[in-house]
Amino acid sequence: MEAVFKRPESLTDIPTHFCPGCHHGIIHRLVAECIDEFGIREKIIGVASVGCSVFLYDYFLIDVLEAPHGRAPAVATGVKRANPNAFVFTYQGDGDLAAIGTSEIIHAANRGEKLTVIFVNNTVFGMTGGQMAPTTLPDQETTTTPYGRDVETAGFPIRMAEIMERLDGTKFVARTAVNTPKNIIKSKKILRRAFEVQLNNEGFAFVEFLSSCPTNWKMNAQKANQRIQDVMIPYFPLNIFKGALN
Amino acid sequence: MTDIELVKGNESIAMGAIEAGCRFYFGYPITPQNDIPEYMSRHLPKCGGVFIQAESEIASINMLMGAGATGARAMTSSSSPGISLKQEGISYMCGSQIPGVIVNMSRSGPGLGGISPSQGDYFQATRGGGHGDYRTIVLAPSSVQENYDLTMHAFDLADKYRNPVIILGDALLGNIKEPLRRHKYIPKTFEKNWILTGAQGRSPRRLKSLYLSEGELTEHNWMLHRNYQEMTKEILYETQWMDDAKLVVVAFGSVARIIKTSVSMAREQGMAVGLFRPITLYPFPYKQLLDISETIHHFMAVELNTGQMVEDVKLSVGHRKNRVDFYGRPPGSIPSPDELFEEIQKVYCLP
Ligand SMILES: Cc1ncc(C[n+]2csc(CCOP(=O)(O)OP(=O)(O)O)c2C)c(N)n1
Repeated sequence: MEAVFKRPESLTDIPTHFCPGCHHGIIHRLVAECIDEFGIREKIIGVASVGCSVFLYDYFLIDVLEAPHGRAPAVATGVKRANPNAFVFTYQGDGDLAAIGTSEIIHAANRGEKLTVIFVNNTVFGMTGGQMAPTTLPDQETTTTPYGRDVETAGFPIRMAEIMERLDGTKFVARTAVNTPKNIIKSKKILRRAFEVQLNNEGFAFVEFLSSCPTNWKMNAQKANQRIQDVMIPYFPLNIFKGALN
Repeated sequence: MTDIELVKGNESIAMGAIEAGCRFYFGYPITPQNDIPEYMSRHLPKCGGVFIQAESEIASINMLMGAGATGARAMTSSSSPGISLKQEGISYMCGSQIPGVIVNMSRSGPGLGGISPSQGDYFQATRGGGHGDYRTIVLAPSSVQENYDLTMHAFDLADKYRNPVIILGDALLGNIKEPLRRHKYIPKTFEKNWILTGAQGRSPRRLKSLYLSEGELTEHNWMLHRNYQEMTKEILYETQWMDDAKLVVVAFGSVARIIKTSVSMAREQGMAVGLFRPITLYPFPYKQLLDISETIHHFMAVELNTGQMVEDVKLSVGHRKNRVDFYGRPPGSIPSPDELFEEIQKVYCLP
């Protein structure tokens, strides 16, 4: 019998630690599918960040380097410059990339490093227990905004993809979501393009995934998917901001 | 390559690095070491290397980690405030066993401090500097020639022990010009069966410092500790006028070169003073000083700070039958040979 759906070869056969309904698993799978389809598993050096996705090295059958919190784009710069034939990607959460690591992401993008950045925006610090992230929406309750995020004192959600678009160093910038089958199919196309941009040596590619965190949002998986549709997408519009799908 | 040239201290470090095969440099400007990035930016592109002026010292150290992880010889340089910013990255490099060379042409602190020479970063360099129970090899040159030679050596040590190596100089060693004889680097081979190159025809490799399962981190730390113990093989030091000495002056780096004159002045006055100069500050020559204390019982640590290396001297020889004096002062002005001679005289005269 022919298998019509199976685990991508780049993924290990171990259960992930992700909470039920978390989108990290879906995004991992999409990354792995791209790796398989381009046949580049043996030339990849992945750079893991600090957050729920830190265990990247347990789930992908690829070489992985673990970066300090927020510094993945700088680490990846060193990896890629010293090893230009490798395919190098970072995989970072919104605390990692948009709070502590804003400097590194902006300057790696601005230098036009030949990297693929996978940015997972779930509007909270997942790993540390659901505190406010730079992407936390106005009035959203988190463990450090117990009365809701007050934009007067805690600032506004940062739209990273739009910032990336403005930098001359970036080649491909998109925001996507995986909360519906349709969005997953679209996301795959976007991610493939973000891989190609590096594989063709075109430049820096950035994909922001809107992602759910049912545990810290305190809702079930279905409601979390709905929240992405109803609350997140209006604030963080899905778009290909720069470049095209070909 | 055997001609003698007049070279500035900072540049001799950059020259030594390139000669040793360093092809990747990442840094952020700060006085008094800007000649290093400037030299690298001129010369690395000519030999197929990469120079990046990073957005910060934090980015620089993380770029160094990335390049080091692929097995490349890479370097970053900075001065004290910038070295403070690098500490998290150095800790990760130690935890993940990624080699790299880090130059600190230190200046005075705390805070923004000043740009004059200082030895105030001794503790930071020799005690790990960042979080966690780790160490880096620390080399302390005291001349332009040594800047060059020890930089080449630093790359070998980093590869041999898979650990960052710090070169601890200061504003004086960076800015002086002295004759330099550039000699050829003799390439050595190190087993690099750990580097990240893409998992081609082998199982994936991971360089990381996170160990969460029961007992794993303890075992990892013991392994690192054994590596630090191995490093004691690399201890380097210089002695002079020791044979009949009654007082041993212990000093490193820029102070050691100044006090050499003071000790020779003391010798001219018939005083039996010797000089002990640690070249590796970590590992520190504890045993070598201890052996000396079999016959000589009076030591004097001299530093351009208010007392840091003196603690290591005391750890070596600070038991009852020995006496350890200290002269140090905060940075600001560089002590002259005459001043230091007077300080030697003060303790030497005492019974
Ligand atoms: C220097 C430093 N500061 C803080 C932390 C603690 N920390 C670990 S993960 C994290 C935030 C993770 O959130 P995010 O990047 O959004 O990823 P997620 O867990 O939501 O996937 C923080 C603050 C750390 N590891 N290092």
